[in-house]
Amino acid sequence: MPVPLSHYLTLAAILFTIGVFGIFVNRKNVIVILMAIELLLLAVNINFVAFSAYLGDLAGQIFAIFVLTVAAAEAAIGLAIVLVYFRNRGSIEVEDINLMKG
Amino acid sequence: MILAQLVFYLLAFVTVAAAVMVIAARNPVHSVLFLILAFFNSAGLFILLGAEFLGMLLVVVYVGAVAVLFLFVVMMLDINFVQLREGFLHYLPVGALVGLILLVELGLVFGSMALEPALGAAAGVAADGGATNTEAIGRLLYTDYFYLFQAAGIVLLVAMIGAMTLTMRHRPDAKRQDIGRQVRRRRSETLEVRKVPPRTGI
Repeated sequence: MPVPLSHYLTLAAILFTIGVFGIFVNRKNVIVILMAIELLLLAVNINFVAFSAYLGDLAGQIFAIFVLTVAAAEAAIGLAIVLVYFRNRGSIEVEDINLMKG
Repeated sequence: MILAQLVFYLLAFVTVAAAVMVIAARNPVHSVLFLILAFFNSAGLFILLGAEFLGMLLVVVYVGAVAVLFLFVVMMLDINFVQLREGFLHYLPVGALVGLILLVELGLVFGSMALEPALGAAAGVAADGGATNTEAIGRLLYTDYFYLFQAAGIVLLVAMIGAMTLTMRHRPDAKRQDIGRQVRRRRSETLEVRKVPPRTGI
């Protein structure tokens, strides 16, 4: 392997940090928050695949496939909720969403 | 070996830059485009790691389905961003930039695979018996992880049904079939026998 494992882990850590940062920075827009969650899952997937390749165990890649599945389901449900919310209230600002409780 | 390192650092740098742009872009359409760029670069990283199947899966599932879903929703919601309404020409430079970077990088990845056969050999570390990455994953997925595979299918099914149930709405003006009303209909409500005298109307 030409690139050491630590570089992949560093990349995944940077991506994860950017994702977490994005959740906190974009407090207005739910769609960007969902995209930041996708970035988090991507960072986790990079970790899984890097370890899988360097340890010679395919279980990591299998788990990455399941992470991908859950991410796709999460995106579909999240966007459906955003759509219904926008239809009811006409905005997607996070500050308004707690009005739905009760 | 140096080429593979260069490709890794290029892919990693563009991934991080695209991720920063995803959360920093003011326009959500630009965010989605940069998300696509980040996923494409991660697919290139997976291919470098020897996980070709997962790389292609990332392109198909994320770029082909999830990112396009995001794009649909961003464009379907009439969010009050001024920039969102500036038309196609506004997005063209960003889209062209993303496309160009993707093209160059895909060429680099496959070029480095072709130029350095050792990379492909090292990539097959997890595959025993000379099987390709896809074949090895298939062997593992359909035997050891079969129940998990089925459970993943159920997760997707529940998500699909949930998304449809959430977004379905009943429009009151739409004409629908009401079977109860059809069955409850009586002859006296709908049928009337009139005696019509000749040469006069009713």
